[in-house]
Amino acid sequence: MAHDATHDHHDDHHGAPKNFFVRWCMSTNHKDIGTLYLVFSLLMFFIGGSFAMVIRAELFKPGLQLVQPYFFNEMTTMHALVMIFGAVMPAFVGLGNWMIPLMIGAPDMALPRMNNLSFWILPFAFALLLSTLFLPGGGPAGGWTMYPPLSLQGDSVAYLVFAVHLMGISSIMGAINIIATILNMRAPGMDLLKMPVFVWSWLITAFLLIAVMPVLAGAVTMLLTDKYFGTSFFNAAGGGDPVLFQHIFWFFGHPEVYIMILPAFGLVSEIIPTFARKPIFGYKAMVFAIASIAFLSFIVWAHHMFAVGLPLGGEIFFMYATMLIAVPTGVKVFNWVSTMWGGSMTFETPMLFAIAFVILFTIGGFSGLMLALAPADFQYHDTYFVVAHFHYVLVTGAIFAIIAATYYWLPKWTGHMYSETWGKIHFWNSVIWVNVLFFPQHFLGLAGMPRRIPDYNVAFANFNMISSIGGFLFGASQLIFVGVVLHCVFFSKKKAPDRVWEGAKGLEWTVPSPAPYHTFELPPVIHDDELAHGHIED
Amino acid sequence: MTRGVTTWSGEPYFLNNVALGVCVVIGILVFGAMFIAMFRFRKSRGAVAEKWSHNTTLEIVWTTIPVIILIALAYLATGGLRTFADTTGSEMTVKVTGYQWKWRYDYVEYKGKAIESVGFMSKLDRESDETRQLNSGLDPKNVKVDGYNTYLINVDKPLVVPVGTKIRFVITAGDVIHSWWVPALGWKMDAIPGIVNATWTNINEPGEYRGQCAELCGQDHGFMPIVVKAVPKADFEKWLAEQQAQAKQPEPAAASTAEKPATAQVDAPVSQGHQG
Ligand SMILES: [Cu+2]
Repeated sequence: MAHDATHDHHDDHHGAPKNFFVRWCMSTNHKDIGTLYLVFSLLMFFIGGSFAMVIRAELFKPGLQLVQPYFFNEMTTMHALVMIFGAVMPAFVGLGNWMIPLMIGAPDMALPRMNNLSFWILPFAFALLLSTLFLPGGGPAGGWTMYPPLSLQGDSVAYLVFAVHLMGISSIMGAINIIATILNMRAPGMDLLKMPVFVWSWLITAFLLIAVMPVLAGAVTMLLTDKYFGTSFFNAAGGGDPVLFQHIFWFFGHPEVYIMILPAFGLVSEIIPTFARKPIFGYKAMVFAIASIAFLSFIVWAHHMFAVGLPLGGEIFFMYATMLIAVPTGVKVFNWVSTMWGGSMTFETPMLFAIAFVILFTIGGFSGLMLALAPADFQYHDTYFVVAHFHYVLVTGAIFAIIAATYYWLPKWTGHMYSETWGKIHFWNSVIWVNVLFFPQHFLGLAGMPRRIPDYNVAFANFNMISSIGGFLFGASQLIFVGVVLHCVFFSKKKAPDRVWEGAKGLEWTVPSPAPYHTFELPPVIHDDELAHGHIED
Repeated sequence: MTRGVTTWSGEPYFLNNVALGVCVVIGILVFGAMFIAMFRFRKSRGAVAEKWSHNTTLEIVWTTIPVIILIALAYLATGGLRTFADTTGSEMTVKVTGYQWKWRYDYVEYKGKAIESVGFMSKLDRESDETRQLNSGLDPKNVKVDGYNTYLINVDKPLVVPVGTKIRFVITAGDVIHSWWVPALGWKMDAIPGIVNATWTNINEPGEYRGQCAELCGQDHGFMPIVVKAVPKADFEKWLAEQQAQAKQPEPAAASTAEKPATAQVDAPVSQGHQG
């Protein structure tokens, strides 16, 4: 908008600091901190990915060829911790940091100094966690779920626990910041029900984070005192209960699963209307569906524990509650399809990833519904069927959405267009190989292969080899992504317009590309037809 | 998924097939609509975006239909859960204890009579164990019993049980959590230290059924298989009598007693040995 352009002009004298250290380490700017989060997340994505490559290489054929079983367990444990807490969650926080103020017309996050702190805790948390791989005794190897008594046998309990504490503190501060920003910093006229779905999804996710991260902190603290201070929370010999940990952990863990997918719903709900050139179908239903999924996430935790010997009533309650989640999730999928119906679609890279998200996430939802059926779960539980399920939800779900969002906003961030050709090459490689990687794992699980094993009977050999080949190629495909991003940031000559995509709506497209260091220092005037959802009867 | 061989194991198999069928049908409808949309409403084909973004009737329909499908599935699954939870009327009890990294089986009771001192450890067979060492140079393909590859799914001494008998299992663990899983029986049950879980099976067909520990339990989690040998009742009773007779005799000093080397007994005091 006109007054923004002039405004940014006279702002130039307090643009980004020239000094590298001052700019990046002492930053209180939501865009710079968002960039830090995203770069950190990409780095962790490759570290976690390299662990996955070790796993798939060892599982390439029967027999142990590369690593000892204990090291294999360290790899599965670290792969999960790094991907969940290092790659997926920081990526969403980074996207939220960058885009929420731009989408609601705020000049910055509500708590900029805390924003800096919540990011800079993370490198220390992960340095602590990853350092255990180089210490005598090795890293944590009891699974990311840290079930005692097994997790207490390791020598790295204290490192793991303090790393988790730090990640938790960082997440809680990030969540507080996002809630404060959304509730207090919206431009006049940006009513709650005019906010983009992505902002809504983050608002709800932030409440989930505040609710459950302290629960995780409590659970791991009890592990710590059980290990070093002689308590017996989870030690049966001392009157404790190992299953108690699982209840506490999954009371955190199931909302955590939605923490990793709700913002992805939000992202896809931004991207599909843009490229369908048609407003999102059923905006209120979309918001309500996210809220109901968030609510249900608190009452389904024991579906991760159908095999621990729950009483019949417990099995039935958690089975029904879990099945209910299919309803709001189904509504979301139907609404995305309806948004596309009657639109005028083009298929740029962000749209391709968003469509792949809808299809493949739905496949993950289908296997989720199957897993919800407790008697069938007695067979599926802890097999590769589960591994396939949550990788469909997390890789082709969360990570595809993050990649889609990166392509979607990259021109806004950098002021340059990325290479559409290479974006599409990246897309097709990703979508093909990720299915070669994970689809056969359904069959492995149904055939009876347990998860978290370094070696297997020859009956499982073929599907494992296919899966490993898919894994190597999917991993390699992500190098294309890095190439596209680096090219866009440093080399691309093609200038991006302010409204990068023809059908894009929302305040973020009213500021120049690249988005100036400071935006919306004066609140924008909201025109409802500029918004993705404003002006819509319902 | 295997159909299994017990009176109950058809439940998960049936539910799996029904749920898979439902998912495939919904998938075809949803993805079909999506692909039609992607084909018909392309800008390159001159499609002009419509303005609507809401349709209450449709939204009610696609909230209600899934609810009805879910109620049907829930009904089917609840039946399976009820029969699974009913461990009454068993004719035999076996206690299963998970250790790092072997299983212990104790025969507690058969047809109402307590069984004294029939119990043994069951661990990975030697051939698999040698082959599975890092860079052993041995080919897993060559680990066979009767032409059937048993790499990592064979044990030194299987659990022997009778067919056509409702067997109650009480499952626990001595160190960390394990999970006792034989796919042909249709379920897995966690073996948790300090907790005793009860479950049951009734095997219909004689045979050898193989499974593995299904809960991460440390470095050799992948190497603690389970073999259940289901035999006709008469054979089982004979076997049980032999075992009891053997147990009554004074321990023959370290000699190889019969066809079954009693390594398991030697290994017995293993559980707590992990730098507690
Ligand atoms: Cu085990």
